[in-house]
Amino acid sequence: MIEIEKVHKSFGQLKVLKGIDLRVAKGEVLSVIGGSGSGKSTLLTCINGLEPIDSGRILVDGTEVHAKSTDLNKLRRKIGIVFQQWNAFPHLTVVENVMLAQRKVLGRSKPEAEAEAVRQLSHVGLGDKLKVYPSRLSGGQQQRMAIARALAMSPHYMLFDEVTSALDPQLVGEVLDTLRMLAAEGMTMICVTHEMKFAREVSDRVAFFHKGVMAEIAAPAELFGAPKSEELRAFLSATH
Amino acid sequence: MFDTALTSSDFLFLARGAGMTLLVTAISVVLGTCLGIACGIFRFQVGPWWAAPMTFLLDIFRSIPLLIQLVLVNAFLGMVLKLKISGFSVACGVLTLYTAAYCAEIVRGAIEAVPGTTRRAARSLGLTWWQDMTSIVLPLATRVALPSWIGLALGVMKDSALVYIVQVTELLKATQILITRLQEPLLLLMICGLFYFVISFPLARLGGYLERRWSND
Repeated sequence: MIEIEKVHKSFGQLKVLKGIDLRVAKGEVLSVIGGSGSGKSTLLTCINGLEPIDSGRILVDGTEVHAKSTDLNKLRRKIGIVFQQWNAFPHLTVVENVMLAQRKVLGRSKPEAEAEAVRQLSHVGLGDKLKVYPSRLSGGQQQRMAIARALAMSPHYMLFDEVTSALDPQLVGEVLDTLRMLAAEGMTMICVTHEMKFAREVSDRVAFFHKGVMAEIAAPAELFGAPKSEELRAFLSATH
Repeated sequence: MFDTALTSSDFLFLARGAGMTLLVTAISVVLGTCLGIACGIFRFQVGPWWAAPMTFLLDIFRSIPLLIQLVLVNAFLGMVLKLKISGFSVACGVLTLYTAAYCAEIVRGAIEAVPGTTRRAARSLGLTWWQDMTSIVLPLATRVALPSWIGLALGVMKDSALVYIVQVTELLKATQILITRLQEPLLLLMICGLFYFVISFPLARLGGYLERRWSND
């Protein structure tokens, strides 16, 4: 379970998160929507400790992320994160991209890591691109590789930070299909997304962020069908 | 022009000079690069403010002409501290610092060229700072730094001609000695230039080879 309690976070003078309270249960798929600058992406980077927080706390399976005693490198094994920019390691082939952290962080042997990499890459439809360098892949393929790379670490949670925002429109579908597949397999996921159709179809709950506050959270039918706040109504009508 | 008084032992004398040039260069470039990498990483890691004293020190080595550095360091060690240090050690020491000063800037620039988002992705997979440095930053930064570093190494090789001032008989000094004796400057300088070329060429080609090998896009 991921528990977020009264989290405040600012970059200099700019308050990005103003007291976020949120719980994500095992197996849940939560989508986070909201305008740019609403703090939704920052929340993800706080959950895996890439960003410090000002106050409040975040617990992942009962471990406080920002406590001094927490071994972040160990904690991050549980939490896979995929960013808007897919960030392939350009000097490694696709299969080596997926093997690297398995070998360095989990200490898996080469054949073990390779078998897992091949399994995950086939799973996301890249089984025929193993020995290719990332620069030869399309954006959608690189993004799926990044997803496979995170999944190969056997994470308990997956965080997706606008993973389709930097893709050409015709490539968005293949990545969303991969996310759908993961959701169907029962992965616990937090997806920051601009894809309303995806959020509506796949999520158990949808949270709407507005100016650093979680303005609304509800099941998708309810949130999209009967938005309570004026901000959400305005946001939805602007995105449709 | 081919009617020359140059004997095979003179030629051997030149070759020995070339060997000295190669030795001084090799020691300085290897040690200077190691030191430069350490300084460059330090500079990147702590930021410009905290690294200011070190940057200032390195700037001294970059901005004062090498010839003056050699004379001053030699005089300081020998006459002020009364240390018995060979000209060879002084030459290697000064050239090492000279190399390190340039190398540190190359390394810093190369590390900065590795996208922060790529490093963030590595860290988010659970890689430690050190693992990120060795598996991601080192290979990527090396590709960026290589052309400048090859240029630096070739430059140091040629600058090493100045160490004659601390009584090290390297290639150019050996050539001058023979010119004085044989009075055949053109032939001797041509041979000297050929020696420099033979030393530099493989290094330049190695750079080209590595660049081709590493370009996988």
